[in-house]
Amino acid sequence: MEKWENNRAWFLILPVFVIVAFSAIIPLMTVVNYSVQDIFGPGQRFFVGMEWFREVIHDERLHSALLRQLAFSCMVLLIEIPLGVLIALAMPKKGWGVSACLVLLALPLLIPWNVIGTIWIIFTRPDIGLLGKTVNDLGIAFDHTARPLDAWITVMAMEVWHWTPLVALLAYAGLRAIPEAYYQAAKIDGASSWAVFRHIQLPKMRGVLTIAVLLRFMDSFLIYAEPFVLTGGGPGDTTTFLSIYLVKIAVGQFDLGPAAAFSLIYFLIVLLFCFVFYQALQNVGTGESR
Amino acid sequence: MARITLQQVAHSYQRHPKDPSDYALKNIDTVWEDGGAYALLGPSGCGKTTMLNIISGLLTPTRGRVLYDDRDVTELPPEQRNIAQVFQFPVLYDTMSVFDNLAFPLRNRGLDPQTIHRRVQEVAEVLDLTADLKKKAAGLSADAKQKISLGRGLVREDVAAILFDEPLTVIDPHLKWHLRRKLKEIHEKLQLTLIYVTHDQVEALTFADKVLVMYEGEMVQMGTPAELFEEPRHKFVGYFIGSPGMNFIPCRLEGNRAVCDGASVVLDEETVRRAQGKEGPFELGIRPMYLEVHDEPGDDRIPVQVRKVEDQGIFRILTVQMASSTLKVRISEERPLPGQEAWIRFPRRWIKLYANGRLVA
Repeated sequence: MEKWENNRAWFLILPVFVIVAFSAIIPLMTVVNYSVQDIFGPGQRFFVGMEWFREVIHDERLHSALLRQLAFSCMVLLIEIPLGVLIALAMPKKGWGVSACLVLLALPLLIPWNVIGTIWIIFTRPDIGLLGKTVNDLGIAFDHTARPLDAWITVMAMEVWHWTPLVALLAYAGLRAIPEAYYQAAKIDGASSWAVFRHIQLPKMRGVLTIAVLLRFMDSFLIYAEPFVLTGGGPGDTTTFLSIYLVKIAVGQFDLGPAAAFSLIYFLIVLLFCFVFYQALQNVGTGESR
Repeated sequence: MARITLQQVAHSYQRHPKDPSDYALKNIDTVWEDGGAYALLGPSGCGKTTMLNIISGLLTPTRGRVLYDDRDVTELPPEQRNIAQVFQFPVLYDTMSVFDNLAFPLRNRGLDPQTIHRRVQEVAEVLDLTADLKKKAAGLSADAKQKISLGRGLVREDVAAILFDEPLTVIDPHLKWHLRRKLKEIHEKLQLTLIYVTHDQVEALTFADKVLVMYEGEMVQMGTPAELFEEPRHKFVGYFIGSPGMNFIPCRLEGNRAVCDGASVVLDEETVRRAQGKEGPFELGIRPMYLEVHDEPGDDRIPVQVRKVEDQGIFRILTVQMASSTLKVRISEERPLPGQEAWIRFPRRWIKLYANGRLVA
């Protein structure tokens, strides 16, 4: 067959190419460019090779931020996924209650992220906050600006309040998609409600739960606005998550080189974890007895 | 195993039904004998599945009673009725192996592992699933999955009946036949009561000893396939069973004759006597295969115009015009085709008279 001489096809994919270039490739390559140079000012830059990567990898503060971040994301998954599934199971299946629940659940998702931080600052203030004042009046000392544990509890509570509805909505969608015949068959087979959950509902929700786990992991691993507004990373460094630390280096200290190297490592970590989660969830419950 | 009786059962999906049209099932009275193979036949939306779910206990009827032998089970949930039901789409527990799927109903009832193992092996044997026992149920073909659904019913000893809700809908045609034969085989071997819901008359007539035809929430006839074919008790049965369905011609009674547009036909005395005092409108009914076609005029022969000929392999279907009525006639393919003009005869023994949609008998 003769080769097609007309190269118009290239022209047709140009729009996509341009969009992807500006939205992903060029910014990413800029970061790669920064990560191998030492920049003093406009026009004053030196190639430093892998120097920044070496420095970042040996940064103690980054290590502790990474551990903190992992602990945070794990707790988020451990709390939000089961809680979201429980909420979905408890939701009504028909009638006006469905719409009411869906609207109530969706509310936290509609609020801008920095506003959420602000809401929780006020909510938990020991002097005037509804929650903070109540807890302190009950005789429990609580102040997220001074005590690391309280700061953590507050950030976790905020995160759970903000994002569990997403998991619940996904799980609810998964549950509603199960045909009625499965429940009828289970009744006839004499299955307990635990068996129905274990053998019908949970396996049928695998797809949506995979999405929920991936989304919640990625988002919580990249979390910035809410804790930044709420605690600013403090007290001390105790709620300084990776992105907050990264912004401190890049914007606070204007160390663009190390910050770029850090960003790339950060990106690879997220990618790696998501890949592992995805693979694990794809295979769960399918490979047991082959 | 048990004899299943429905006494004046009616069901409505509305909470406060007022009108008879609010009922999906209207006053059903029927007995399913122990060990029978029954088919429940009717168009979509006629109440077949509702009836099945009432028998299995997935639905509690609005009115009436359900008896297993002499035990009233109307209020009992399905797991206490010891009944099996196979659904339109195969229902499987995807994460389990075939063995675990079959063992599931027994484990839920707390049986000991040896009994479970023995029962599962026996059932797998009957269904040709022994080789698949260790496999994941999710990866099997649709017919194997449907066999597993059936197996979960068979595995319990002494189930009252097995109910099938259009179980072959998602099965490939060539496997349908195989699976249907398997069902028959199981029925003969285990002598279980089977109730089989379908809207496919071939499936119903080949599977069942007795067929119950339903129409708009009512039971219009229960009988053997031959009875349904030869003595349809309701116009709907005549239409629905047979291909093409029965011919119906509006008529009026004059003495011992039924007079319709363009023809008059002599009825037998018995029918004439029974028709006395019946409210019309009257209709003549006759199966296409019982109409005789002639090329010459003669006694009792009625002239018709041949409008269309359809060749269906071993027979032909003629569409003929008799005055204002259009009739279908089935003739064997060996008979030479009549011309444009033909004469048909109504053999007296195959003429049925219907008053207001119901057989005069």
